[in-house]
Amino acid sequence: MENLVEISNLSVSFDVRAGLFLRKIGTIKAVNEVSFSIKKGEILGVVGESGCGKSTLARLLLRLIEPDSGSIVFNGNDILQMPRKKLQQERRHMQMVFQDPYSAMDPRYTIFRSLCEPFQIQNVAFAEGERRKKIDALLRLVGLNPEHGFAYPHALSGGQKQRVDIARVLALSPQFIILDEPTAALDVSVQAQIIKLLEGLRERLNLTFLFISHDLSLVSYFCDRVIVMYLGRIVENIAADSIGKRPHHPYTQALIESIFQPDPSQKSSTILEGEVPSPFNLPLGCVFSSRCKYVQPICREQRPTLHKTEEGGQVACHFPLY
Amino acid sequence: MAFLEVKDLEVEFQVDKKPVIPLKGISFEMNEGEVLGIVGETGSGKSLTAHAIMGLSAMSGGKIRGSVKFAGQSLLDLSEKAMQSIRGSQIAFIPQNPMTSLDPVYRVGDQIMEGLLNHADLSKSKAKQQVLDIMEKLNIPKAEHVFQQYPHELSGGLKQRIVIAMGLCANPRLLIADEPTTALDVTVQAQIVRLFKEITVSKGIGLLLITHDLGVIAQICDKVAVMYAGNLVELARIESLFGSPRHPYTQALLNCIPSIGMKQGSLAAIYGNVPSATDCPDGCPFHPRCPHSFSTCESTMPTLIQIEGGAKVACHLYQENQE
Amino acid sequence: MVDAQVVEKKHKSPWTIILKRLSGNKMGVIGTILILCLVLVAIFAPILEPHSYKEQHIENMNAPPSVNHLLGTDDLGRDMLSRIIRGARISFVVGVLSVAISVLIGVVIGSIAGFYGGVIDTVLTTIADLTWSMPAILIALLLVAIIGAGLESVIIAIGLSYWAQYARLIRGQILSLKSATYIEATRALGASNYVILFKHLIPNSLSPVIVAATIGIGNAIVLEATLGFLGMGAQPPTPSWGAMMSNGTAYLFISPWVIIFPGLAMMITVLGFNLFGDALIDIMDVKNKESI
Repeated sequence: MENLVEISNLSVSFDVRAGLFLRKIGTIKAVNEVSFSIKKGEILGVVGESGCGKSTLARLLLRLIEPDSGSIVFNGNDILQMPRKKLQQERRHMQMVFQDPYSAMDPRYTIFRSLCEPFQIQNVAFAEGERRKKIDALLRLVGLNPEHGFAYPHALSGGQKQRVDIARVLALSPQFIILDEPTAALDVSVQAQIIKLLEGLRERLNLTFLFISHDLSLVSYFCDRVIVMYLGRIVENIAADSIGKRPHHPYTQALIESIFQPDPSQKSSTILEGEVPSPFNLPLGCVFSSRCKYVQPICREQRPTLHKTEEGGQVACHFPLY
Repeated sequence: MAFLEVKDLEVEFQVDKKPVIPLKGISFEMNEGEVLGIVGETGSGKSLTAHAIMGLSAMSGGKIRGSVKFAGQSLLDLSEKAMQSIRGSQIAFIPQNPMTSLDPVYRVGDQIMEGLLNHADLSKSKAKQQVLDIMEKLNIPKAEHVFQQYPHELSGGLKQRIVIAMGLCANPRLLIADEPTTALDVTVQAQIVRLFKEITVSKGIGLLLITHDLGVIAQICDKVAVMYAGNLVELARIESLFGSPRHPYTQALLNCIPSIGMKQGSLAAIYGNVPSATDCPDGCPFHPRCPHSFSTCESTMPTLIQIEGGAKVACHLYQENQE
Repeated sequence: MVDAQVVEKKHKSPWTIILKRLSGNKMGVIGTILILCLVLVAIFAPILEPHSYKEQHIENMNAPPSVNHLLGTDDLGRDMLSRIIRGARISFVVGVLSVAISVLIGVVIGSIAGFYGGVIDTVLTTIADLTWSMPAILIALLLVAIIGAGLESVIIAIGLSYWAQYARLIRGQILSLKSATYIEATRALGASNYVILFKHLIPNSLSPVIVAATIGIGNAIVLEATLGFLGMGAQPPTPSWGAMMSNGTAYLFISPWVIIFPGLAMMITVLGFNLFGDALIDIMDVKNKESI
C-alpha cells in the first residue's frame, strides 16, 4: 500500500516569555525530529501523556502551526511549500476532529448552519434543495436525524455534538482525518458509540485516520499501528497487536502497566514513579532516562536514535526490552 | 450497625417551577475501613449522591429526603452549623479538579494547615509538624520545600496529593473523593490510586470513591454501586460485579471498555442516550436501551433486591426469579 | 444505528432564550418599558406635544404648572411639557447615534488589535488607553471647540470620546475566543481570516459590547446634557434637556420647575438604560448555560 502521509524530521519549538518586557526565558521543543508515515486506509495512533507533543503534532500536520523544520508530504505534495491559497483548498482533503465537542461549534449557529459552513468556505455551490438533502444525508451518516439540524449546540449531548463534528469534517469528503482525543470528554458508553461510528465510516468511506489519545487500551484496540511519544519525541512505533505482547520501549511498557483493567484479579503490578519532567532543559541523553527503571550511564549521555525492530516497528532505546 | 447508612436518599430541584428528581431513592451502607465505589456516567447522579451525603445540595437549592446515618448520627437532621463541624473533621471531601481546588495566592502548606487549625486546638509549630508528617506519608518529596510553594509551582500529581493532604489532616473517618484522578495523566493516576488504597488500609478509614472509570474501581474498591439516571441499579462486591455482572446496564457498560489485545470491531456499544433528569422514561430508566426489556419494564420501576451471592440488583429479570 | 432519541429540547435560538429570560427579570422589564416610552415619545413628539415647543408667550413666562401648561412654562413662556417631549427626541438621537459611532470605531479597532496581536495590538491599545485616560467631557469639549457647536458636532464628539471602552472590551473577548476550539475547527476547514473574524469572532464577542453600549447610551445622554448645559450642544430653539436646565439655573428660586422637570426626564431615561443594561448582563451569557 502506498503512503498517504509522510512526515520527516518535523520539529517545532515555542519560546516561553515572562516578565514585564516578555523576555524570553526558555524554549520548549514541543515536537522534536519526528518522522513517520501513514499508509492509505491505515489508522495510526499517537499515544502519550500531557506535554508529549501529540496535539501539537496534529496542528502541525494541518499547518495550523508553522513548523521550524521538516517536511509534511500529503498525497505527494509537500504542504509546507504550498502557498496559502492552495493550502486552504488542500485542507478539504485533510480534516480534524477536536477533543472538546462542547466548544467545537459556534454557539450561535444551528447545527444545520454549522454543517453548511464547510461548503461555503470551500465555495461548493448547490442547486436549490440540493443542500438540504446533502446535509440531511450527512446527519444520517453519523447516526443523527435530519431534525437535529434545527437544534443549537447547547441542546445536544456530548456524544451528539461529537457526531455533528464528525459530520462537519466529512462534509467535504476528505481522505485523511486527524482525530484529536475525540472521546476524551465523553462517557465510556458514548465513547464506544463514537468508536463504532468511526469504524463504520472508515470502512464505508475508505478513510485514513491519525488517532491521538492518552488511552493506550483505546489506541491499541482502534488503531493498526501506534506511535508512542514522550516529551516531543517518538520513542516507539509499533504494530497495535504487538503492544500487549512485545513492547520494546520501557516507557511503552510503563504505560501498559499503568492501565487499570476492569478486572479485580489483574491488579496493576509495578507503577512508574515521578512525573513527566519539565520540557525546559531536556536531559542530554534519552528523554525517558530520568524515570526509566532500566537506566544505564550511557542513557544519560547519549540520545538513542530510532532504529528498526524485528517486527518492522521502530524504537529509540539503547537497551530495548525485545 | 453500619458506619455509613444511606436510606432512600432523594434530591429534588425546581426547574421552571416543575420538580425534577435527579436522585431517586438511593440506599446503601458501608463499613469502617471499606472502600465503596460509586460508578456511573454523566447524569447518573453519582456526584449528587456525595453532595447530598455532605448536605451540600441544600446550598444549591435542592431538597434532600431520606436518611443518612453516619457513626450513629442522622446527618440530614443536623443544623448547618453542626454539619459544618462534621465536614472536614469527620467526613472529608476531595473534589474533582486539583487544579482549581487550591487557592492560588496562598502557600500550599498554609492551606493544609488551615484545615487542621479549624478543627483542632494546636499551636502553629505543632500543626506544621503534623502537616509535614502527612505530606511525607503521601510520598510528597522534599515536603519542607513543597510546604513553602504556591499551587502554580506544582505539577498536577503533586497538587492532587496536596488536596488529599488537606482532606486527611483532620483525621477524618470517612473520605469522599469525587473523580480524584480524572484530570491526571495515566502514570500519575496509577500512583494516586495506589496512594488512596494505602491510606484507607493504614488508617482504617472509609473511602467513598466516585468515578466513571471501572478500571479504577476494580483496582481499589471492595464494593461497588452502579448508578444509572439517578437510580442505584446494582450493588455488589467487586469480584461479583466484574466476574458476573447482573444488571443489563452493568453488563453493557463493561463491554464498552476497550482493552489491549481486543480484536478490532469487537467493541460493543449501548445505543441511545442516557435520559436526562427532566424527561426520564416511565418504569426502569434503562428499558429503552435494554436488550432484555419486556412489558413490565416499561411501567414499573424495579426495586433493589438481594439475589443469591449477596449482590443487590434492581432489575425485573431477577425479581421474577424471586417470586 | 440511528439515534433513537429525538432532540428533546425545543430548538430555542439564543434570541428566544434572551427574550424569555428578560421577561422573567423584573428590573429588566421596568427598564424595557422606560426605554420603550422614550422611543415612543421621541417618535411621536409632534403629535404628543400639547403646544408648540418653540412658540414664545412673553406674557406667560415662568408660569407654574397649571391645567393648560402641565409642567409650567420657561423664561420665554414656552410650554415645558412640549419642550421636554421634543427634547426626548434630541436625547435619544444623540444617545443612539453617538454610541453607534463609538461602538463602530471600538469594534473595528478592538478586533484588529485582538486578532492580529503583536505590534499592531500594542499601538492600538496604547491609543485606546490614552483616549480612555482623558475625561470624556474634556475630549468632547475640545472636539466641539474645533468643529463648532451644534447637534452634529455633539454626536461626533461624544462618539469619539467613548470608543476606547468598546475597543478594550472586544479586544479582550477576541483574545480569549481566538483559541476556542470552534475557531480552530473553522480554520482547519480552510476558512480565511475574513470568515473567522466576521462570521465567528466578532458576532460572538458582541454580547458584552451590547451590554456596555446600553449603559453607554445613558452616559451619552448625560454627556449631551452636560455639553448642552455648557452651551456647546444643540443651538436654540432646539430643546435639549441640558440646555433647558442651564436656562433654568438663573430662575432656580423663582421657577424651580424649569430645572426640575428636564432633570427628572433625564434621570428616568438614564435609569431605564441602566436597568436594561444590568438585566442584559444576567441574561446574555447564553453560551455558558448548557440548559435553560
